[in-house]
Amino acid sequence: MSAVLRLSGVTRTHGTGAAEVHALQGVSFAAHAGELVAVMGPSGSGKSSLLTIAGGLDSPTEGSVEVEGVDLTALGATGRARMRRTSIGYVFQGFNLVPALTAAENVALPRELDGESARAARSAALAALDEVGIAHLADRFPDDMSGGQQQRVAIARAVVGSRRLILADEPTGALDSETGEEVLRLLRARCDAGAAGVLVTHEARHAAWADRVVFLRDGVVVDESGSAPVERLLDERPAR
Amino acid sequence: MSVKLALLALLETEPMYGYQLRTEFEARTGSTWPLNVGQVYTTLTRLERDGLVEPAPGAEGAEADGQSQQRYRLTDRGREEVAAWFTTPVARTQPARDELAIKIALAVTVPGVDVGALLQRQRTASMTALQDYTRLKRRAGDTDGDLAWSLVLDSLVFAAEAEIRWLDHCETRVRRAARERGERGDSAAATTPQPATQPVEQPTEQEAGR
Ligand SMILES: Nc1ncnc2c1ncn2[C@@H]1O[C@H](COP(=O)(O)OP(=O)(O)O)[C@@H](O)[C@H]1O
Ligand SMILES: [Mg+2]
Repeated sequence: MSAVLRLSGVTRTHGTGAAEVHALQGVSFAAHAGELVAVMGPSGSGKSSLLTIAGGLDSPTEGSVEVEGVDLTALGATGRARMRRTSIGYVFQGFNLVPALTAAENVALPRELDGESARAARSAALAALDEVGIAHLADRFPDDMSGGQQQRVAIARAVVGSRRLILADEPTGALDSETGEEVLRLLRARCDAGAAGVLVTHEARHAAWADRVVFLRDGVVVDESGSAPVERLLDERPAR
Repeated sequence: MSVKLALLALLETEPMYGYQLRTEFEARTGSTWPLNVGQVYTTLTRLERDGLVEPAPGAEGAEADGQSQQRYRLTDRGREEVAAWFTTPVARTQPARDELAIKIALAVTVPGVDVGALLQRQRTASMTALQDYTRLKRRAGDTDGDLAWSLVLDSLVFAAEAEIRWLDHCETRVRRAARERGERGDSAAATTPQPATQPVEQPTEQEAGR
């Protein structure tokens, strides 16, 4: 299995001297193709720091971050932005959709920014919206959609094209439990189809959708569960 | 768990053989609580003695591994018993003896136990179980039998989730206690500021002495 994401010895320090805060301290972590990894930890343990660094939105103070073999820390801001548009999908708790754009336009945006023709970008966007089950809402504006529908648009935007790394920071936070579960199902399906996913959550029930769960405490990975092969799948269900 | 009442409830559908009762029970609960055939027959004998079931006429006498097979059906009293079971809540008497709660209670008071490591190891185990249940749930379908099984799974999911939440809570409380001991200038203070590799401070002898 190849690592789509690999963090090695990542430390992120804010401030200096007495005001120094270590958001992450020597974190090493990988997510492989086909794998969904959950990151759990209390508030302030460094979950969002880990994700923004994995997504190239922030840079580590020390250590390296590789996405599909490319070292993000060695790239300039432009190179990182390009990686974000082509390889990394990011899902935020608050959806972060552009209110003045329709669902399809929101999803097409990163492709158009990347120089794709409007027509090709729209067709990729429609395919992504179809994947998350809301192709029929393509021309709606975010304000005319429910929270669950908006989060689906956000997921479509994260998976559009062939991005192989999906990062989601508390994507179910603003949703009721049924809708939240639907979001997890979509992330899971994307990973089952070959992407690598990292899901930040503080809910054990949601983390349980992952193949592995990494526990963060004070910027340090303290434990990991479920690293046993997925094949240990239970066939306890009796034949009927 | 009352095997007796579960068997009676199953017989409400139709008369059944012992092995059939076992199969039907496990189909509904996903062999979460395995029931051996011996247990089923012993229970049936007792139920018959108490007048809650009786042999169903016809079809008996089939030979399987040398044992004569008997089909059972509910008596009127048996039917009343089932109705009563389904109309009264399960009694919440004493909480069941919870090994984990007892273990943690002892761990924070017995000197020399690494409570942090214990909590962490337990959380990992509970999370692994929760992952297993979730995986099973994802595969559960939508038929009626699957509804029964899926609800049993939900029960396991909620219990594991509650356990993990409680373990997190224990960790927070133990950490806070260690910090407060540190602020009071107890000897534990020396090790307090490095929660990184040891997320929870060990309670010390002072704790045990309270
Ligand atoms: N820009 C920043 N400046 C100063 N401290 C920060 C900054 N970003 C995060 N932190 C600190 O780093 C720690 C980890 O934060 P974060 O990654 O947001 O945690 P989580 O997502 O697990 O709640 C916290 O103590 C937080 O206050
Ligand atoms: Mg956060």
